[in-house]
Amino acid sequence: MTAMVSLRDVSKVFDGTSGPVRAVDGVTLDIERGDVFGVIGYSGAGKSTLVRLINALETPTSGQVVVDGTELTGLSERGLRPARAGIGFIFQQFNLLKSRTVAANVAYPLRVAKWPKAKREARVRELLEFVGLSDKAKQYPDQLSGGQKQRVGIARALATSPALLLADEATSALDPETTKDVLDLLRRVNRELGVTIVVITHEMSVVSYLCNKVAVMEHGKVVEEGDVYRVFAEPSQPITRRFIGAALHDRPRPDVVARLRERHAGRIVTIAIRESEATAGIIVTERLRAHGIDGHVVFGGITEVNSRPLGSLTFALEGPDAAIDAFLADLRAHTEVIEHAPDGDDAGPATKEVGA
Amino acid sequence: MNSNGVSLWPELWQALGETLQMAIAALAIGGLAGLLLGIALYVTRSGNILANRPVFVVLNVLVNIVRPIPFIIFITAVRPLTQALTGASYGVEAAIPALAIMATFATSRIVEQNLVALDPGVIEAARAMGAGPLRIIATVIVPETLGPLILGFTFLFVGIVDMTAVAGAIGAGGLGDFAIVYGYQRFNDVVTWTAVAVIVVMVQLAQLLGNTLARRVLRR
Repeated sequence: MTAMVSLRDVSKVFDGTSGPVRAVDGVTLDIERGDVFGVIGYSGAGKSTLVRLINALETPTSGQVVVDGTELTGLSERGLRPARAGIGFIFQQFNLLKSRTVAANVAYPLRVAKWPKAKREARVRELLEFVGLSDKAKQYPDQLSGGQKQRVGIARALATSPALLLADEATSALDPETTKDVLDLLRRVNRELGVTIVVITHEMSVVSYLCNKVAVMEHGKVVEEGDVYRVFAEPSQPITRRFIGAALHDRPRPDVVARLRERHAGRIVTIAIRESEATAGIIVTERLRAHGIDGHVVFGGITEVNSRPLGSLTFALEGPDAAIDAFLADLRAHTEVIEHAPDGDDAGPATKEVGA
Repeated sequence: MNSNGVSLWPELWQALGETLQMAIAALAIGGLAGLLLGIALYVTRSGNILANRPVFVVLNVLVNIVRPIPFIIFITAVRPLTQALTGASYGVEAAIPALAIMATFATSRIVEQNLVALDPGVIEAARAMGAGPLRIIATVIVPETLGPLILGFTFLFVGIVDMTAVAGAIGAGGLGDFAIVYGYQRFNDVVTWTAVAVIVVMVQLAQLLGNTLARRVLRR
């Protein structure tokens, strides 16, 4: 089966006040059916433009965009309308029509698609039930909380049963509790309705909670892409490490290492915890015992990425140097190990680059 | 209120009727045409749904040329057009075309200003749902800005009443004419102030109506 979204060397150039700006720069990307695909990047990385190229709100300067087997490049404005109608879109600021009730907002795309009234009403009821807002049908957007507004946005985006849903910073205006509710709803949309979802965000927590694939964007380019767990467990790009560091705070920065050293005797070592070493915690305790050394956790953080554990633990190790060296060598066969050398200028490449 | 022992109340009521006739006709015609012109200005701006630089520039310049013309000069300048349209060169009917044209241009700017304040996000959402430009104008742009538009039209009504007084001064009748002929020219301040009071009450009622409608639309 063909990919749901296929971008081939897509660029978008805007005329900025100080010359042309390449918002999206030669992006090639495939998003498979059933994926929850995250696009993560800082503001200005081009991710909002990228998602607008997918639903043809923007037309590419060059390259090819194919969505659900339909080539969007080269279509006229009029020809793009049915394509857009077949792709759901939810917004950071919800963009609901304030002059219309919740039910009328959800019905709007059905009116555009010329559904008859009875069918429309039935569909709106069904959608409001799905997002848990049946009792709010006659209210106006101003009367709803942020999370409820986004639920209406999701119901509206799903009205015409699109196979693809695009979410542009859909939870960035929401508090953490509401964010989780909305992410859970999106997960249901993916699992129960089989809708492919593209999630644009600047928060790693959103990607690691919801997505199975991720593309990291910087300066209009996709710099890293693949399975979410692999990308976050083995980041190849500094920007990816920055996202991980900002979200996890799992590795001590040099100043933290210095403080740890003041408080704890022995050698300070950071050990990566990965799913492939699901028993890493056990391995560490086992090996400590086997090599006859003392170790206790002094820093760390472990989170779930795509439902699998990811993070690091930092230990203070006490015992004969030779025993510790043997222990570290043993552990390196299983996972990433960074020793923070006592002179302070050690930190190891990973530690230096993981700054929040 | 009288002049040389004759009551002026019948004249006053007739003048009020003429003012209302002129103002309402100008508001209806100029309001509608101005709404369309204002929408055209808004949607043809760069980056908007029907962005079209030549059309925008022409409309914009046209509005900028007509609007600053003082109404008393404008109404005499368009007299040939008025005559062709209404067959009259003075009186209430003759004043209406000039009032309506000036109201159109004034309205267009008020409409444009209110539309510019609309969150572009809702237009983008409608586009994302596959809506075309005409549908977006009819179902998003106008309904979403209706409250401020009603207040804008109310503001405009007051301006039109002012213009009717100017039209009255050159023979169109109405309260302005009444105040000048029976008050100013006969040094009768009571008549002048009575006319002023009637205008104030009329404008207050119009404002009340506009506020009420706008509040209902905005549900506040």
